[in-house]
Amino acid sequence: MDEDRQTRKDGQGGKDPAIVIRNVHKVFGNQHVLRGINLEVMPGTVTAVLGPSGSGKSTLLRLINQLETRTAGEIYVDGELTGYRKIDTGKGPVLQTLDDKAIARQRSKIGMVFQRFNLFPHMTALENVMEAPVHVGRVPKTDARKEAQAQLERVGLEDRMDYYPAQLSGGQQQRVAIARALAMHPDIMLFDEPTSALDPELVGEVLGVMRQVAQQGMTMVVVTHEMGFAREVAEQIVFMDQGVVVEQGGPDTIDHPRTERFTEFLHTVL
Amino acid sequence: MHTKKGTDQIQIPGRIHARPVRKPGPIVAAVIVAIFVAMLIHGMVTNPNFDWPTVWKYLFNEHVLDGIKWTLLLTVYAMVLATILAIILAVMRKSSNPVLRWVSWFFIWFFRGTPVYTQLVFWGLLSVLIPKLAIGIPFGPEFWSIDTKTVLNATVATVLGLGLNEAAYLSEIVRAGIEAVDPGQEEAAKALGMPPSMIMRRIVLPQAMRIIVPPTGNETIGMLKTTSLALAVPFTLELQFATNAIANRIYKTIPLLIVACIWYLVITSVLMVIQAQLEKHYGKGFDSRPLAGSGAKDGKDGEDPQTRQETDKVNKVMMAGLNA
Repeated sequence: MDEDRQTRKDGQGGKDPAIVIRNVHKVFGNQHVLRGINLEVMPGTVTAVLGPSGSGKSTLLRLINQLETRTAGEIYVDGELTGYRKIDTGKGPVLQTLDDKAIARQRSKIGMVFQRFNLFPHMTALENVMEAPVHVGRVPKTDARKEAQAQLERVGLEDRMDYYPAQLSGGQQQRVAIARALAMHPDIMLFDEPTSALDPELVGEVLGVMRQVAQQGMTMVVVTHEMGFAREVAEQIVFMDQGVVVEQGGPDTIDHPRTERFTEFLHTVL
Repeated sequence: MHTKKGTDQIQIPGRIHARPVRKPGPIVAAVIVAIFVAMLIHGMVTNPNFDWPTVWKYLFNEHVLDGIKWTLLLTVYAMVLATILAIILAVMRKSSNPVLRWVSWFFIWFFRGTPVYTQLVFWGLLSVLIPKLAIGIPFGPEFWSIDTKTVLNATVATVLGLGLNEAAYLSEIVRAGIEAVDPGQEEAAKALGMPPSMIMRRIVLPQAMRIIVPPTGNETIGMLKTTSLALAVPFTLELQFATNAIANRIYKTIPLLIVACIWYLVITSVLMVIQAQLEKHYGKGFDSRPLAGSGAKDGKDGEDPQTRQETDKVNKVMMAGLNA
């Protein structure tokens, strides 16, 4: 644990990064999807990850939440190594996989919003939001209900609480999904192309909720194609292509790209 | 989206009230079917070989009613045992533990691969094969023992025989149901910090039930009739054996076959009603269509959603009928 702490880098203002990604690789079969990613996310900031499809940005997000296991490298969340523990065998430190409970505990600190919403279809909006606090967080049902109602109000769905996901529009479903993730009081929120499956006229309501979550100081990593949102809300822009981070910088990076590849990409999407 | 009533209330000039296309098919079919049904009923009523007075006489005979009771009990016990085992076997089959996967595979391979009649004979003979059951240290001393015969009476043997065999088939149905649940559901649950056992119990199985219930209804109705094989144990109280015994005694086979058929049909009908209720319960959240909502526009459907919904309903009823 202490050794892990030392490997964290001191960030600006004396704060430690919320996420540290060090030289991470991912191989699927014989496909080298991520080729040595290094990235830090400071607490309370928004990082937008941009890039063409197949660039590995969704995979990177899924590695942070351990929905995939990394092939090499280290990922720290709140200073804690994810997925493994270092044990000393006498011949030097070796990694041992964490058990399911420990991994579940690490994940519960991270909220995730998916492209296809993935709401539980057999539960109402309210039940979706209450599910994890009641069964994972062991919050009493009455408290969880109040909290879930507050979360749904926050995303503007106070009149849709008893609807099943199939009765909601895509934008409403995605807002329930955001409320569901927020109900666990995560330190970090990951968004995996949250507006890509939505009809154009519904994108705005979801981005509005995300903007509001960002303003309240949530640490966010957002994989997105919404350049306007990235420019306006993100403190850090990361452009990935073919499994590497090609360019990285502040929000002005979108207006003044330094690499030819990013310039080219921006031309195709803007 | 509008309801049918809603569309009628909106005033539109020149609303089309077209006459439907004339289709002679249903009328022709109705006439042909009516003739056949009339012939069948006429034959059944006038043919003395059906011997309806004997049918009525034995329909509520006490041995027959007792047979119904035992047939129902065997069906329920065997199906409960089979369902519990099937879920355990299916979860084991999907486990990350290779030993559990292998045990589950072996169970299914064995119980699906041998005839249920043979299995029932075997269960009946188990007390001869293994006369004594004991608790103790394996290969070591015994603390307590009992005669197999006293534990494994004909009823227990039948329930075990039918239940274990059925579990092998049901577990494949459960597995199919589990595999049909969108993998995104498991990911969303993982992301919320749920451990695997909770994901299975709270998220995957409730959704899998929707797919599992219809074929399980099928299997239950199958089981109702498979209980007639219990004479292999031998277990001699169920409906088929009871009616057959009466038939052999009074030399009237056909009337008592009709008695058995009537009761099997009655019980099957009741089971179908229960199945429909279960399907409704586990279908909640899936059948619902988008209601009016801010921004929820339903303009993409090629056909009128109302029509499609009704066709779906008709199809569903027909499927429930076919399952029986």
